Amino acid sequence: MAQHDDIRYLNPVNVEVKKKKYCRFKKAGIKYIDYKDAEFLKKFLNEQGKILPRRLTGTSLKFQKKVSQAVKRARHLALLPYVTDMLK
Amino acid sequence: MQPFGKIPKGFITQQIKKMIKQYETVFIATPVLSDVQMKEAVAKYTGLIAENGGKVVYEEDWGLRKLAYPIQKKTTGFYHLIEFQAEPAFISTLETQYKRDERIIRFQTVSMDKHAIAYAERRRAKINGTKAEAPATEETAE
Repeated sequence: MAQHDDIRYLNPVNVEVKKKKYCRFKKAGIKYIDYKDAEFLKKFLNEQGKILPRRLTGTSLKFQKKVSQAVKRARHLALLPYVTDMLK
Repeated sequence: MQPFGKIPKGFITQQIKKMIKQYETVFIATPVLSDVQMKEAVAKYTGLIAENGGKVVYEEDWGLRKLAYPIQKKTTGFYHLIEFQAEPAFISTLETQYKRDERIIRFQTVSMDKHAIAYAERRRAKINGTKAEAPATEETAE
């Protein structure tokens, strides 16, 4: 029977220290997300102009709702595209 | 003891009548308009707000901008922002006017909460601050 100590790895096991994600709005104390500032909203879009999920940006639920509202308002006013390619 | 003894008669109806909210409206006018025609269009809507007991708080002209996607086969448009205070019932009249107006290709009216109002004030102060350094084209009153 192999004991725990007997197991040897050829390469050292990669233990990555994951950086904890945080909500930038909570951290910076931003309370209102402006739909007129298209450049800022682009941080929350991927290249096709889709809204990035919370699991990637780390935004809290409260502010994700506000981000999505702002992006949708900006799209209506043609400040941001609904569909595109190679945004940024 | 009367629970509502302190509230005078007609107080609640007065409050309903007085209900004023702050809104922000942005419209896009067709790029074919001349400067004079554009000013006319803006004057029409600021006039409409004033006529209906509203108050224009702030106005901003963004000029001719490129649209992110074509609207009515146009790729550019004149953007104009108006921040105003009015009764909620006025919004539907404003939006009907927008819909009937052929010069307007897109519009959006948003009600502002306290954070939005605070943000708008800071934004204005910022714009005024940068304008003061550059040659001021027009001084905003208030």
